[in-house]
Order: sequence, then structure tokens, then C-alpha cells
Amino acid sequence: MTVALSGNEIATRLEEQFPGGIVESGPNSLLVKSEFLLEVATFLKTTPGLDFDYLTSITAVDYYDYFEMIYQLTSMKHNHSLVVKTRCYGRDNPTLPSVVSLWRGADFQEREIYDLMGISFKGHPNLKHIVLWEGFEGHPLRKDFL
Amino acid sequence: MLTIYSSAELDEVEGKAIEALKARSQQPIPDPDEWLDEELKRNILLTSVDAMLDWARRSSLWPVVCFPACCAFEFITTAASRFDISRFGMEIIRASPRQADLMITAGTLTWKMAPQVRRIYDQMAEPKWVIAMGACAISGGIFRSSYSVVPGYNRIIPVDVYVPGCPPRPEALLYGIGMLNHKISKMSIATEGK
Repeated sequence: MTVALSGNEIATRLEEQFPGGIVESGPNSLLVKSEFLLEVATFLKTTPGLDFDYLTSITAVDYYDYFEMIYQLTSMKHNHSLVVKTRCYGRDNPTLPSVVSLWRGADFQEREIYDLMGISFKGHPNLKHIVLWEGFEGHPLRKDFL
Repeated sequence: MLTIYSSAELDEVEGKAIEALKARSQQPIPDPDEWLDEELKRNILLTSVDAMLDWARRSSLWPVVCFPACCAFEFITTAASRFDISRFGMEIIRASPRQADLMITAGTLTWKMAPQVRRIYDQMAEPKWVIAMGACAISGGIFRSSYSVVPGYNRIIPVDVYVPGCPPRPEALLYGIGMLNHKISKMSIATEGK
């Protein structure tokens, strides 16, 4: 069975590598500053012993004050997993770095989040509507929609 | 007592049998059709063109595939052996709209899917009918107020029969098909297309 790695332990390692990049961590997940997201993700994917080569899913949550992105990572090589979160402030044009360059599986999911939550992903190769149609007003999964 | 025949004797017997058959087969046997004239008289029926056409149309309604959501399972049950719509000449579910004349709209329709449903309807040959199956097909159902759901197929295509339920039981769908048959039986080619 896949072993869920401790967020605290990974956060300690990441803090050495990226001072100030980790906001908080718990036994199940760790929260990364959005400016550090791409670097941390690259580190998690390429570091021997971690090798998070597979992105299980991305999802986004609207907490009114900020949007929280949740990345569920898995390593096929070592059969372990990790949950990485990041926050994105502002409702007018929230922007985060895209992780498509690391995991191709992020392509459609980031487009879906762009569509339904209204978060833009910088560096995405084809950021356009996927679920809704061209010309649709608003982002239906936001709490203040309707 | 065992009799041993020589080969020449067997040939002789065979030759005689062939000659005898040939001798009594000089004239053709009459074709078995002596009752036909009388039966032909019995089988002439007089009816109206409308009655004939409507009977033909309602007796072989072929549904097109338009099952976007969960009512499809109730439709599948209706089509399968227990409820068996082949009793009404409907067992062929057409994937091609060109060969279908009935659309059973079994499921929630989203606005993104709506143009495709309209296109499938447009591709069906006249005459054609629509049964709106289930709450979503009638009015959007519980998803009526959603941003993405069409509140009833009659916004997109004309509907002949509404079958309520969420989903309707197969008996309800069969009743709806029966109502459509009644409706078709009242059609007239004199007013068609007007």
C-alpha cells in the first residue's frame, strides 16, 4: 500500500532547501508559499528518494479570503504520497504558477480550475475553457457565484 | 435366408427403377396452388390511407440514442428482456439518427450538450417524435436552477409526450409509448407538415 509521507518531515527538508518557503506543515500535508510552488514541486519531483513522478490530482477550494490549491503527489518508484497545498489571495485575478511543465496530467485539471474557480495558471500552454463554453460569465464553483 | 446378388444383378435392378420412374414422370406434377384464388378474395381489405400509414408508423418506432444521464438505465431496463419493447416493434435502438423516428430523451441536458441534441433531432427523417422521459427532460428537474442545465427539452426540440418520474419506472415509459401510439394513430397526411 502507498505510504503517506509526513508533511512535517518533508517540510523540514524543504525548509533547509528553500528558507521561508514553507508556511506551515502538519502530519498529513504542508503549505507552500505560492512564489516557491514551482521550485518546491521541481525539487519534490527530481530529488532521489522522493521522486514524486505522478500527480494524482489537483483541486481548489474557495475560503472567501483566499483560494487554496491542493496537489496530491505520488511516487510510482517508491510507492509513497504527499499532499502539498498553496494559497492564492485576491478574487479579481488570482494567479499561480502552472505545473504542466512538470506533470502533463495537470493540463486538463488546471483548465477546469481556471474555468470553474477563475484561477489563472502562469505558464500553462493552453489555458482556455474546458467545461463551460466560450463567453460564459463568472466562475460557478466560487462561493459567491449566484 | 441370405441372398447374394452379383454386381450385374444390382445394376439391372437400378436400371429398372430408373426406367420405371422415367416412364411415370412424363408430365409435370401440378403446382400446389389450387386454394389461392379463394384466399386472394378473402385477403382484400379496404381501409383509409391514414389508418394504414399510422398503423405502419406506430408499429415500428425506432428510438435514436439520446441518453445523457441516469434515466438511460431505466430505458435500458425497458428495452431488455423483462419489459421488452420489442413487443412494440421498437427493439432496434439506432445509433444513426437517419434510421430513427423516435427520440426518447432519457436524462439531464446541459447547455453545452444542447446543440448536439438539436443536431441529432434535425438529422432524423420526418415524421419524427419525441418522448421527454423523467423530471430533468420535462423541466430540468432538481437541476433546474443550475447555470448549466437546460430547463426542459422543449426549449430545444418539440416534445410529443411527457413521462414524469425520477426516474420513471419502465411501466411508466411503456405507458408513455402507448400514449404516443394513440397520438400517432390520430395523425393525418392531409394536415402533415402544416
